[in-house]
Amino acid sequence: MGIHVIKMPDVGEGIAECEVVAWRVQPGDTVTEDQILADVMTDKATVEIPSPVHGTVMALGGKVGESLPVGGELIRLEIEGAGNLKAEAAKPAAAASAAPAPAADEPAELPHGFVPEPQRVAAGAASVQAPAASVPAPAAAGGGSSVGGSPASRSRTAGGSSGNGATSRAIFRDPNEKPLAAPAVRKRAWDMGIELQYVAGSGPAGQITHADLDAYVSGRKQGHAGHGGADERYAELHGEEAVPLIGLRRKIAEKMQLSKRQIPHFTYVEEVDVTELEALRAQLNARYGEQRGKLTLLPLLMRAVVLAIRKFPEVNARFDDQAGIVTRYQPVHLGIATQTDAGLMVPVIRNAEARDPWSSAKEILRLAYAARNGKAARDELSGSTITITSLGPLGGIVSTPVINHPEVAIVGVNRILDRPVVKNGGLVPRKLMNLSSSFDHRVIDGMVAAEFIQTVRGYLETPATLFVE
Amino acid sequence: MTMETTLLIIGGGPGGYVAAIRAGQLGIKTVLVEGEQLGGTCLNVGCIPSKALIHAAEEFHKAGQYAAVGANESPLGIRAAAPTIDIGRTVAWKEGIVKRLTGGVGALLKKNGVQVVRGWARILDGKTVEVMGAEAGKTGAANDAGGQTTRIRCEHLLLATGSEAVELPFLPFGGNVVSATEALSPETLPEHLVVVGAGYIGLELGTAYRKLGARVTVVEAAGRVLPAYDDELARPVAARLKALGVDLHLESSVLGLSEDGKGVRMKNAGGEEVTIAADRVLVAVGRRPRTTGFGLESLMLDMNGRAVRIDNQCRTSMRNVWAIGDLTGEPMLAHRAMAQGEMVAEIISGKRRHFMPAAIPAVCFTDPEVVVVGLTPQEAAKQGLDCISASFPYAANGRAMTIEATDGFVRVVARKDNHLIVGWQAVGSAVSELSTAFVQSIEMGAQLEDVGGTIHAHPTLGEAVQEAALRALGHALHI
Repeated sequence: MGIHVIKMPDVGEGIAECEVVAWRVQPGDTVTEDQILADVMTDKATVEIPSPVHGTVMALGGKVGESLPVGGELIRLEIEGAGNLKAEAAKPAAAASAAPAPAADEPAELPHGFVPEPQRVAAGAASVQAPAASVPAPAAAGGGSSVGGSPASRSRTAGGSSGNGATSRAIFRDPNEKPLAAPAVRKRAWDMGIELQYVAGSGPAGQITHADLDAYVSGRKQGHAGHGGADERYAELHGEEAVPLIGLRRKIAEKMQLSKRQIPHFTYVEEVDVTELEALRAQLNARYGEQRGKLTLLPLLMRAVVLAIRKFPEVNARFDDQAGIVTRYQPVHLGIATQTDAGLMVPVIRNAEARDPWSSAKEILRLAYAARNGKAARDELSGSTITITSLGPLGGIVSTPVINHPEVAIVGVNRILDRPVVKNGGLVPRKLMNLSSSFDHRVIDGMVAAEFIQTVRGYLETPATLFVE
Repeated sequence: MTMETTLLIIGGGPGGYVAAIRAGQLGIKTVLVEGEQLGGTCLNVGCIPSKALIHAAEEFHKAGQYAAVGANESPLGIRAAAPTIDIGRTVAWKEGIVKRLTGGVGALLKKNGVQVVRGWARILDGKTVEVMGAEAGKTGAANDAGGQTTRIRCEHLLLATGSEAVELPFLPFGGNVVSATEALSPETLPEHLVVVGAGYIGLELGTAYRKLGARVTVVEAAGRVLPAYDDELARPVAARLKALGVDLHLESSVLGLSEDGKGVRMKNAGGEEVTIAADRVLVAVGRRPRTTGFGLESLMLDMNGRAVRIDNQCRTSMRNVWAIGDLTGEPMLAHRAMAQGEMVAEIISGKRRHFMPAAIPAVCFTDPEVVVVGLTPQEAAKQGLDCISASFPYAANGRAMTIEATDGFVRVVARKDNHLIVGWQAVGSAVSELSTAFVQSIEMGAQLEDVGGTIHAHPTLGEAVQEAALRALGHALHI
């Protein structure tokens, strides 16, 4: 028997430490080669750390939410054979890290000291982590992926939207991937009026099971039905929950604070008549939708922004306020604010200037999928030079977007509404949409900001100019 | 005479008749128009008769083999006298099977309340079809249009007109130049049959004729036999053709008949023009959708090349006009048409259905047989799937040894990340029957571990299926 220490690997360029966002194993667990031990996060990308050996977990190098230095001890395993740690170093050194890593000779105590970790953060099922003290988890419930076993995971399911344990482990597919379901499940889904591509699969290899269909249906019903019994409706509630900011949530918080603290935002809202654009989009989709995929408004807006940037290169920039240098970029690396289960992410469409709307649409889809499943690479989540944010149908009428520091501009999209418009003395129905955009007022004057948005508006209102130059 | 119906089906092949039976079961008023015999190409001049002929040829060939080598050399110790064959009786036996099956189809249609109208349909518009009465003597059971014209109005029109053999302009059908249809009902055996095209039809029939005793030469433009299948699968077939004494001319193209009509002119791989003497020429260069001769043009449907374009519910570009089977293009397989027909009937009855099979198996009844289900390793790679694949040879299968069929293998293709099985390929004796296991595993979303962990009966050829899965997992037991 030997001891094998796995160190925090160097997962990204120039990163000194990584945050542990989830443990997939607990002390006492047996692990096999290639089994995932932990999810660690750098900047925004989550990386899974596999085990290179078979063995038994002796101790974890830290708590969830803790940052460990690259090269520091991540986990300690007991393995057959020699191991990679010298015998005399084994005992004292093990406790050296900040983690309450128990010594190897008291394995019976191990499970109690640790937070059960039922989540699979990398798979997108991010959730609230209860503080360790409040979870009286029995040792047996600490198993990495058990669902519904421990109080922690049960409360999570109850608070979630599905109400059924089956979906909590379900994984979402690549948008290009066909939903996987046995013929009887497929047929039943059709009979129930369910489109399989919206149903998450919990079976092996992400297969959709009969139980997943039931969960999907009960989830939908709950969404519509609202309240339970009459007694519960006006019951007083007394609980409270402390939610530690960990992982992506903490990064978002830091980033938002940085942006609002450093950047004096100038927000400008303008109304855009998208009647023609929507008509064009409908035509393009009818004609090319089948071969090239359907276009949403986003790729067309991206093109308008790219074209407007040619006239206003100052908005496609990053401002290093420490050095006092604004760097303007020729390529347009467009950040697309994307909601994921774990929180806001900004995947980046690189060289948006070199993409036609269909290519942009595909890239958006691909990146959104990657981001939502925790599979986006680090360089797909950084390096944007300007950002677009859209809440889709929830776009509201006005928003005040927060600039993606250190960029200098962000363009926000609001909802499209059919509105009566006075034209030639009469009322005509038009489709109107607001653009709510923010600029770093230190380096972008209000006039430039307004002219930039007016140029974008010009392209959107005369959509032919998006294609003809 | 005018009739009204809910569903009108043109074509009584596997697509059309299955749609009609299912529609009948669902209580939809259904009329089916068929100009020839029920059962279409499949039952009359395709799948079924060719398999009968292949079986007869194999039996005859086996007997001949025992006679040729004698008991001392026959490993099984069988002694037999030289066999003879009465090809007329063989064909009559085959016709008997066809008749039983087509008669069965007629009975099933009747049982389910489908009205069969004999005659040739002509589409007037998307809701009206005229049926010209069938010729005398070609009548079947009920409702013969009997030489008159019947006009049928319908709510739903289902096109299931199938496909026809492609004719070469420089080698038109007629006389000694035949399609598979004629080749399945020979009055006599040719001395030397030239088969144009080494696809599955050409090879199935060419092999059967060779086993029946004819000299057979196969001419193929591509560089190998079964060009639509991967090389590894085609290789055992090519080896068997060689062993049977079939002459293969690859990378060669046929130019036409010689002037006296007693030979085929072709340009061989070296570019020389040569003439091969032949008293019969089978042209088997493919099939194309049957889109002409019944007024289809008048609907001006969107096409997909030569085929009618459909969506995943078999809807054409015209509302309530549906199309299924070979008419809608590749893969031209009876079982695809049947599944589509069943689905269309269910959609018309108000159910929500889509044609979204995980896989459609394709089988060549060559010697040895070839099966392809789902993705080959090459196709998987092309789709950007990271896959593992493994094959298990028949040579390591006990059952294969006991039936003298050690040529061939079973290959599985599965995703590397989750071991989901995405494809199976096999070549070997009776692999057509293994196709059931293959396609079922894919439809059920089986992983390698599922197949590897299922107890397969011993001793069977099916053990090769389990072993292929185990081998992909790195722990095959018997190799």
